[in-house]
Amino acid sequence: MEILTTIFIQPFFDMAADPILFLQVIWEGFVTGILYSLIALGFVLIFKASGVFNFAQGIMVVFAALTLVGLHENGIPAYIALPITILVMYALAFSVERLVLRPLVNQPDIILFMATIGVTFFLIGFGEFIFGGEPKMMITEELLLPYGSITFFDDMLILQEIDIAASGIAALALIFLALFLGKTKIGIALRAVADDNQAALSVGVSLNTIWVLVWFISGIIALITGIMWGAKSDVSFALSIIAFKALPVLILGGFTSVQGAIVGGLIIGIGEKIGEFYWGDLVGGSIESWLAYMIALVFLLFRPQGLFGEKIIERV
Amino acid sequence: MLSVNNIEVIYDHVILVLKGVSLDVPKGSVVAILGANGAGKTTTLKAISNLLQAERGDVTKGSIDFDGTQVHDLSPNELVKRGCIQVMEGRHVFEHLTVEENLLTGAYTRKEGRAAISEDLEKTYSYFPRLKERRTSQAGYTSGGEQQMLTIGRALMSKPKMILLDEPSMGLAPQLVEEIFEIVKDLNQREGVSFLLAEQNTNIALRYADYGYVLENGRVVMDGEGAELRENEDVKEFYLGMGGAGRKSFRDGKNYRRRKRWL
Repeated sequence: MEILTTIFIQPFFDMAADPILFLQVIWEGFVTGILYSLIALGFVLIFKASGVFNFAQGIMVVFAALTLVGLHENGIPAYIALPITILVMYALAFSVERLVLRPLVNQPDIILFMATIGVTFFLIGFGEFIFGGEPKMMITEELLLPYGSITFFDDMLILQEIDIAASGIAALALIFLALFLGKTKIGIALRAVADDNQAALSVGVSLNTIWVLVWFISGIIALITGIMWGAKSDVSFALSIIAFKALPVLILGGFTSVQGAIVGGLIIGIGEKIGEFYWGDLVGGSIESWLAYMIALVFLLFRPQGLFGEKIIERV
Repeated sequence: MLSVNNIEVIYDHVILVLKGVSLDVPKGSVVAILGANGAGKTTTLKAISNLLQAERGDVTKGSIDFDGTQVHDLSPNELVKRGCIQVMEGRHVFEHLTVEENLLTGAYTRKEGRAAISEDLEKTYSYFPRLKERRTSQAGYTSGGEQQMLTIGRALMSKPKMILLDEPSMGLAPQLVEEIFEIVKDLNQREGVSFLLAEQNTNIALRYADYGYVLENGRVVMDGEGAELRENEDVKEFYLGMGGAGRKSFRDGKNYRRRKRWL
């Protein structure tokens, strides 16, 4: 009996007893969730447009952040280092298309998947070779990101300014992306490719251009994620494991859905923080590291296409 | 405008599909390729539009000449830029895009400004008034006829000189097929677009085509003016199902097999 109370009743009492603390937990989860969403978004874009599951997404986050910090360490001011990093991400997208995707076109998906594993290890080696392997500090100040915190309710609720900025920037990026996909010619072509790449080819859309583009967009998203995440911890190759956190997000939200990536990320982020805080002690803590996978497993059993998996159009 | 000279197509390096096909499409004409399933109609069209490369097919012999240049090595989008676009068989619309967005993808290769493109959008709607009514609905939810119109309209948005139309009658009611062929004729006469169409529905194809080629097992076995082919005894018997009265001996079947042509 007692065990049931501690699982099913006590945590909710705790939440109600201290709503401000509960709010704080949700906020922490929300901020993590946004970063998960961004990473998942990078996966979704590439998967939609080219059917490739990009294993290298996590390392792209690290590589982007590392390039930015590394350039700055070598005496290049932040406002120049940032555009250079963006150029580097473009170069990366371009080379991946030329050297990996194009020669392997028409090969089975698993081959392309393995090729992205190859890209992952190349980027690890290359990054380490150029910038060294030791962890670095993110240059938050130079990028004019705010620090410090805002407090509410007599210092009971603490919001880090950097977290607020992260949410704002992520929201902006999402709005840009939505406008780009919905309104521009290239955005429409990109969605066309995702829908039916043969037909897109037949109306004159060059798949190669679209591939470079989605990898570039994913690269930029990786850069944003890298800056935000790097500001919370530091920039090292260990960061790339957060990409694995994107997997449950993708399973939850659906591999082909942009909204799914966003909502899935938030659910996982908030869910694991609440789970950790209110239920964690029951099993000796660190629920956070595996709860997301449990949620994903349940989803795989009951709703394999995810919450927002591509709507299957059935004509009647 | 388009001339295909003795092309041979091999899939996957081993499967020989076209064994020397030649055909001509003069400027401003409607030419039909006829034949049963597996005769090589679609392959011929894809060889011209270069969509074959995406299916591991390869033109190994012969040449294809469009508008005075060899197009064998061009990418499909380069070919669309030059005015040759294929409408694929089976109504490949972009299901999750709206009807209007579908049409706009057709203008992807064009460099003119928005004004020229929206003008052409209106023109396309004037040929397909039904699409205008449904401009904001998702293409996946439109009817088969509307989807076929949409794919033709989408091709029209690229300002083509020539449309390769694959099996426009597939799965459509006879009345609708008639409507679509009327539009094809209209586009041909008013916009000067040449058409090369692959069709199984020999009857309607020969009524609208200026010239026809009959394909069998990857070879052209017969060709001629549309009206002339329609009167041909073999075509009548084997493609139009209008055999002479009474039972026939198998010995008399398919006369033209003995007059096989290779070029």
